[in-house]
Amino acid sequence: MERIALSRRSFLNLAAGAGAGAALAACGSSGPSKGSGAAGGATYWFLTVDPGERIRRGAVNRFNSANSDRKITPTAFQNDAYKTKIKAAIGAGQAPTIIWGWGGGGLKSYVNAGQVEDLTGWFAQNAAVKDRLFPSSFGAATVDGKIYAMPCETVAPIVLYYDKRAFDKIGAQPPQSWGDIMDLVPKFNAKGIAPFSLGGQSRWTNMMWLEFLFDRIGGPEVFNAVFDGEKDAWSNPAAIDALTKVQDLVRANGFVKGFSSITADSNADLALLYTGRAAMMLHGAWTYGAMALQGGNFVPGGNLGYMTFPGVDGGKGDLSDTVGNPGQYLSISSKATAEQKETAKKFFATTVLADAEVKEWTASGNVPIVKGADATFAGSKDADFLSFVYKTASTAKVFAQSWDQALSPTAAETLLDNISRLFQLSISPQQYVSNLNQVIGK
Amino acid sequence: MPALIVFGAFAVVPLLGVLVLSFTSWDGIGAIRPAGFASWQAVLSDPGLLHALWVTFVVIALSWLVQTPLSILIGVFLAGHQRYREFLAVLYLLPLLLSSAALAITYKALLDPNFGLGAGLGIPLLVQDWLGRPGLAMGVVIFVVSWQFIPFHSLLYQGGVRQIPRSMYEAAEIDGAGRIRQFFSITLPQLKHTIIASSTLVVVGSLTFFDLIFVLTEGGPGDATRVLALDMYKRGFQANLMGPASAIAVILVVVGLALALLLRRLGGRDPDDSQLTGA
Repeated sequence: MERIALSRRSFLNLAAGAGAGAALAACGSSGPSKGSGAAGGATYWFLTVDPGERIRRGAVNRFNSANSDRKITPTAFQNDAYKTKIKAAIGAGQAPTIIWGWGGGGLKSYVNAGQVEDLTGWFAQNAAVKDRLFPSSFGAATVDGKIYAMPCETVAPIVLYYDKRAFDKIGAQPPQSWGDIMDLVPKFNAKGIAPFSLGGQSRWTNMMWLEFLFDRIGGPEVFNAVFDGEKDAWSNPAAIDALTKVQDLVRANGFVKGFSSITADSNADLALLYTGRAAMMLHGAWTYGAMALQGGNFVPGGNLGYMTFPGVDGGKGDLSDTVGNPGQYLSISSKATAEQKETAKKFFATTVLADAEVKEWTASGNVPIVKGADATFAGSKDADFLSFVYKTASTAKVFAQSWDQALSPTAAETLLDNISRLFQLSISPQQYVSNLNQVIGK
Repeated sequence: MPALIVFGAFAVVPLLGVLVLSFTSWDGIGAIRPAGFASWQAVLSDPGLLHALWVTFVVIALSWLVQTPLSILIGVFLAGHQRYREFLAVLYLLPLLLSSAALAITYKALLDPNFGLGAGLGIPLLVQDWLGRPGLAMGVVIFVVSWQFIPFHSLLYQGGVRQIPRSMYEAAEIDGAGRIRQFFSITLPQLKHTIIASSTLVVVGSLTFFDLIFVLTEGGPGDATRVLALDMYKRGFQANLMGPASAIAVILVVVGLALALLLRRLGGRDPDDSQLTGA
């Protein structure tokens, strides 16, 4: 008897539960337009951490004080949290009006889902907005020939940093070729200095090595074939050569001992360089500011050297080719109202990378993606580095986007996973190639 | 009654949702398309799943082997009413109050081979590639997990020991049983239900353990510490493959339920039967 009563009760409960569930769902979907204030009010999500957050908020404040009728409400998120949050929000139709992002594969997944506005026509009408930015920054904003994002903020190529003091100790010059690198490794190890610092636990840090080796050995075509989804594109002999070379460097103790336990987010890899424990480091231009800030006398004392990645003998790649972040990207949600879209476009045209913002980026040791930004470097204490980055970015024959950003999230995860195993020496170059050939075009 | 509503809304409904999603193809952003058994086929034919299951099993087994004996010993020790023991009990509880993410970040800094504890104190033994070698990384994960959760299980055992009637110990003393004999003949058998409850929590907890491993090793090096829950997260939220991730979630639920039922079985059919008579 009790059983029957119980099941009836549970049935009623389930029915009530379903009702509650529906009510909850209803609460959830009333979100998108709330908190935007006036009719033309837009929302804008971006990343925390200064100086970026301060500069982004500054731009929004300037826009809001100039446009009292259409305000932008900014919200900042921590990097990793943002990556998940923005995906969930877009998937649920709750995206902010202005979506901050990295372009490339992530942007493509928004485009395929029809979640972001096509800005091709708008850029055609507002040629002045487009023409003042680096042309190389538009590659990662373009999907199937159409522009879906406004490039913004700064350019950050990957740079080979070195400690001049370490080279003085062994009486050698910075490497001019891959052969030089392999020759320097035992010399530094003999002096108890790690040849290269590497935050290997972060995985994408290892990836930077492959990005350059692929380019220097086989030219940009090798990775472009992967990007274009050509079958078995990873099987290129240049790829095998690059993968083998990087494992040779690991076996020769080219990287600091225990590199797989070191993360880039704690800046421990930078600390190895500025405390003199490592001689060289391949890293993004964005790390310069942190080294200048945390490294005591290292940067101000002129001990930090920097150069582009050297060539590989017999390789095809142009030495001016570089890789990294060609910019950051702002897209407009296709779910936003017409007024919100207008507000966002006005923000893009009048405020993003306007002179005031350019000055702030330069002062923080970054190079904004604006043509002629180098004119503002004079007098800056970082003028030499800024000019080097500006020249690297503006004269690069090919400025490739970081692989994990360029590929789809699905392929990028497999890529990073296999790169970390490659550096662990737990898979061979051939296994790497066959694992990655399986996710081409996915 | 309200509990059932909450349970239905936040456990049953999402569970059914996940089951449905496992038969679809969805990148988390675009449209959800039915995909039949494609996700299941992809997951079940992937050697990564077997590996993740194995890693999960290792984490469960080692966590249990480390946590249970230590928790029982500490619990028995803390069951005494002496002043200093109560003071120590408070200290032992501290790790439980810290968030897993904060713990993981702290341990990561302490274990850094160049700037961590070993390098700072100049103890070469502590300067290891802790998170960079598969075996060591697993050891670190088990150590930190145990460090965090032993206090909780000790608390359970402390309560369990205090429930054992004093008369049993007095009788044993009259029969001439020593301290060690008392522990094995009275304390341990009397703690049977506590051991089962605590073991269930260890096993099911380890099965879904995520935050600490995610921050500490992110499943690395390679996939040495990639447990099932982490594998699910990586597929779903990093690789945008919600279908296969949902399939793994279903597997997690099934394995978790099976283990919990198994442990209940070990505890005897009737959980209400008295421990005072037999054993």
